[in-house]
Amino acid sequence: MTSHLFSTSTNGETHPLTYRLREDRGYVDLAEFQQKDGYEALRTTLRDLSPDDLIENMKTANLRGRGGGGFSAGTKWSLTARGEDHPRGYIVCNADEMEPGTFKDRMLMEEIPHLLIEGMILAGYANNARMGYIFLRGEYVLAAERIERALAEAREAGILGPKVCDSDFDFDIFLHTGAGRYICGEETALINSLEGRRANPRSKPPFPGQSGAWGKPTVVNNVETLCNVPAIALHGGEWYQNLSGGRSEDGGTKIFGVSGRVKRPGLVELPMGVSGAELLDMAGGMRDGLELKTWLPGGGSTGFLLPEHLELPLEFDAIGKAGSRLGTGLMTVVAHNQSVVSLTRNLEEFFARESCGWCTPCRDGLPWSVKLLRAIERGEGEEGDIDMLVALAHDIGPGKTFCAHAPGAAMPLETAIEHFRHEFEAGIRHAQHKAHAEPIPVGSV
Amino acid sequence: MTMDTPATGNTRVSKASQGNLIASAGHVNDFELTDEERHEIEHEMGHYENPRAASIGALKIVQKQRGWVSDGAVIAISDVLGIPSSDVEGVATFYSLIFRQPVGRHVILVCDSSSCFLTGHDELRDALSNELGIGLGQTTGDDRFTMLPVCCLGACDRGPALMINEDLHGPVDPGDVSALLERYT
Repeated sequence: MTSHLFSTSTNGETHPLTYRLREDRGYVDLAEFQQKDGYEALRTTLRDLSPDDLIENMKTANLRGRGGGGFSAGTKWSLTARGEDHPRGYIVCNADEMEPGTFKDRMLMEEIPHLLIEGMILAGYANNARMGYIFLRGEYVLAAERIERALAEAREAGILGPKVCDSDFDFDIFLHTGAGRYICGEETALINSLEGRRANPRSKPPFPGQSGAWGKPTVVNNVETLCNVPAIALHGGEWYQNLSGGRSEDGGTKIFGVSGRVKRPGLVELPMGVSGAELLDMAGGMRDGLELKTWLPGGGSTGFLLPEHLELPLEFDAIGKAGSRLGTGLMTVVAHNQSVVSLTRNLEEFFARESCGWCTPCRDGLPWSVKLLRAIERGEGEEGDIDMLVALAHDIGPGKTFCAHAPGAAMPLETAIEHFRHEFEAGIRHAQHKAHAEPIPVGSV
Repeated sequence: MTMDTPATGNTRVSKASQGNLIASAGHVNDFELTDEERHEIEHEMGHYENPRAASIGALKIVQKQRGWVSDGAVIAISDVLGIPSSDVEGVATFYSLIFRQPVGRHVILVCDSSSCFLTGHDELRDALSNELGIGLGQTTGDDRFTMLPVCCLGACDRGPALMINEDLHGPVDPGDVSALLERYT
């Protein structure tokens, strides 16, 4: 089963991530990948570019982290401890795709893992790393098979191992599969997990670029971020930045997607800055008889937006100004007859369950929010519960906790109350509008 | 302890694990890793700077054949890795896909994240519950199925989705649950 693609192109200069995908959507093996210029970027870079040149290209490209954080990948690379005074470290690919509503990295890894491998080797070259790990969630069984196959092909062909492509650079990659827990996607928790520990986040500083896995400089990048590197190395940072020409300052294209109550959920590669309305159109619009009530622009840890926000460009700054985050860029669409209270309860239950338990606001605050939301959902909320939820969201927000998990939970909670306060009020006991006290079950159409 | 399949071995494994509680108090641990398991774990250790990094992999290796991880297995793994068994236990109890008690022959992971929630997770979960007579976190009396919730399976375009063992299914119509389960005997 492969994800539906809204549109395809075989043009590498407009669709650097997807142009090599097969029509039958099967595995692109090494021979086919190389036939379509695969590993060309690696060969030219090893021959013609210094690590500093590649990092400069990455900075010019303004490729912002595709795992949801949106931090400039070039800037991250420029902060890695490199040079003779530092040991060679690691490139860790964050393939722990678990953000609710996100299914893009799965496609890249199942269909074209050689693109990820090429990106990781280039990242290794730029950051003076000696080895790469792909931290893949355990449930992605097919992706694991395909990645292992691609790694074996690359080793056999001399693309991985000593003297990569007959250069002086040596680099190898291992696949590390996880055993569950969303928190592993937090980069320092991921490093702890890679080291065989509980996935509690680490204190920063030091940042992983200074001291990460086993105390060595470590760069953690998302799958899609790394898959963008070969095209940037081959065509240059300026070309990549211009891909989004005029629509956004953020560089390049992105795998966007739509799920929820639309006619045809799926994925598409489009320039940064495309609008939510365009995406929704590509997904065939809402299912018959349904209207759009609200949407999450990029996963469960992003804020709710309204239909009027559909015209905004999907880019980090514009979505941020609207009170949400671009996140992973995959829209979750909610229909007019679905309860925002129920959906918020579902999201907070997710975050409560997935809290690693390390710090108090997150470990205790999230289950408390679930308790309040459940009461409101049943129409048994008490006076003051909504204010308590708002206060809770504030107290688990940015700067109050060890990592971004609880702030990620706070954003949908805060924005749900901000935009749909009347739905919450209807769930308060003795509310004036008692007639609306029964929330509509979310699954009913 | 030999390599029992979880289908027939649950009772005996449970007895073994009771023995291991005593083992940790100074008695003999009667759990033994098979040569193949030990070899696989040692191979895994070679991929990292430090053997500890193989702890999650080792737990998965043991679970692959036995279905779950007993107390004795935790101790045996800690011996191979050269780290305290409490550290292995800490890891084993942290990660949701490591099972520290017996599970059914087939594990159903029901995605309950937002996209599946919006496309009918509750109805699907209820259909499964009715068909199997168990709730989330429980195992059927015949040890055939265990049903667990799971984070977003990355199959949001096919919601509501679930996994049975290593097979991803979606979208699953609640009405088709019976036929789907029949494929897993």
